[in-house]
Amino acid sequence: MKRKSISYAKWGYIFLIPFFVVYIIFSLYPLFQTFYYSFMDYVKDQGAVGGGWTRQAVEVTPEFCGLKNYSAIFSSGSDLLQAFWNTIIMWLVGFIPQIAVSLILAVWFTDLRLKIKAQGFFKAVIYLPNVIMASAFAFLFYSLFSRGGAIYDIIKIPLLESAWGSRGIVGLINFILWYGNTTILLMAAIMGVDPSLYESAQIDGATSNQTFWKITIPLIKPIMSFVLVTSMIGGLQMYDVPALLTKDMGTPNRKLMTVVMIIQSNKQGNIGKASALCVIIFAISAVVGMLLMFASADKDGKKKKKKRG
Amino acid sequence: MPMNTDVVGAKSSNTSLMIKRIVAYTVLILLVIVSLFPFYLLIINATRGRSQPGIRWVPDHFLITNFKNLFKGTTAVAYGSVWRSLANSLFISGCTSLLSVYFSALTAYAIHVYHFKLRKFADTFILIVMMVPTQASAIGFYQFMSKLGLTDTYVPLIVPAIAAPATYYFMKQYMASALPLEIVEAARIDGCGEFKTFNKIVTPILKPAFAVQIIFTFVTNWNNYFMPRLILESKSKYTIPLVLNAMRYAGPQEKDVGMFSLYIVIAILPVVVVYLCLSKFIIRGVALGSVKG
Repeated sequence: MKRKSISYAKWGYIFLIPFFVVYIIFSLYPLFQTFYYSFMDYVKDQGAVGGGWTRQAVEVTPEFCGLKNYSAIFSSGSDLLQAFWNTIIMWLVGFIPQIAVSLILAVWFTDLRLKIKAQGFFKAVIYLPNVIMASAFAFLFYSLFSRGGAIYDIIKIPLLESAWGSRGIVGLINFILWYGNTTILLMAAIMGVDPSLYESAQIDGATSNQTFWKITIPLIKPIMSFVLVTSMIGGLQMYDVPALLTKDMGTPNRKLMTVVMIIQSNKQGNIGKASALCVIIFAISAVVGMLLMFASADKDGKKKKKKRG
Repeated sequence: MPMNTDVVGAKSSNTSLMIKRIVAYTVLILLVIVSLFPFYLLIINATRGRSQPGIRWVPDHFLITNFKNLFKGTTAVAYGSVWRSLANSLFISGCTSLLSVYFSALTAYAIHVYHFKLRKFADTFILIVMMVPTQASAIGFYQFMSKLGLTDTYVPLIVPAIAAPATYYFMKQYMASALPLEIVEAARIDGCGEFKTFNKIVTPILKPAFAVQIIFTFVTNWNNYFMPRLILESKSKYTIPLVLNAMRYAGPQEKDVGMFSLYIVIAILPVVVVYLCLSKFIIRGVALGSVKG
């Protein structure tokens, strides 16, 4: 009886210390700092005026400038706004085929009548690119599609010199990297659907098309939205592939410049503006993340009500 | 009569099933080719010479030359040492994956086992910050690290792994299904201290979850380009993707596609080998990670 009166609660706090201390130092404080800088007129000069020999940054004191950094981003014809569009376009070019192909594959893999053989092999192969560094893909595709490269030699079109050609290549790389992952997530979702629903649909004479649109899609909506949101947040952070493909330049014509590429190149330069970009990334992620949370919470609430009723 | 139509119906559905099956396998085989083609080309390219006009389907004879060139001193001077980059990436990925699983498990254990006032708050907090992308605090992170004099060191690349919300979430899910509280209570009755219980009794139970998460964290850090690029400056500290990036800047005179391809093959080989051995577990881990999502 005495043992039970011992309170173990303090151990809960003690075990949480490492996580929270590290999180506050390396994530939370820098996040607040980024918010703070985003309202500052803060440009560090890299000593380029003196010939660029000294790496010593000229110390400047940040000055409060209100929303100037933000209005600079959203002013028409701004480079930064263009970067947002580029990022969104390249994400969509990869994401649309990705979700379509993954959905079809997931349905095929889980179709009991179709009985796809060697599923383990197929799944292992389509997931493989996801564990490979994106930089390697960017590098390889550059050497294939640039002038003198293997594929350029066949198609004779310098795809990497046109905006849409390069965006297409970035989209293709992102598709190859991620469609296996999405397929597996959607498969897990479809396999979680109550099999009796499919059985009764079959007995009622539903075609496979009807089953897909009326049963599968509505029931895997939560995971579909999860995939959409995580892919969107991931797409917003697109960096490796376009940066390596274009040597950080976003060529041609800065049509491949992504938001994170600008942040990276301004870490010691225009800190105020780069921070404002960070904050916008944060805000968009927060909004779509919250939408996802509310959507799934709503679902749970409805289920509970139904159970009670 | 009804029986007859049944048979006819079955037959027509059999042929349509057959067609569907053919379509499915054709598409799957096409996708297998799309997924494997880059790897095949890389391996072939690694055996080819400096400039590679046209496509080639069979290996050439430059593999040894490329190997020698890759590990030559001048290559290290120009792009950063290949050996060093492999060792650096191994060190960073090894440290981050071990730190991340251990401390994430400890954090999840605190929430799973103990009842304290801020328990719900801590759990919700970690779930919310899981959504915050690292890039959102990048500028503040860089400025703070440079104030502390930690840029161009591995501290900002390794230590943050202790607070890994996604790994925490996975561990928590795993504990909910595999760690009965009775075990902890039994250990307490036997007079085992709380910290010792976690280290000696709980961690062995979590081994499968550790394995999956070590692989994921290792691969993520091995492939990471953004963070090392943000923090590291000197070539001797470069990780693999940074050396790859340096190679992209090679002028037409120094450009050696054969050698660069060989470097990529070497860089992705460890991951591919581990993946091929454990693909079953990895894929199961991917599916598990978000079923609740």
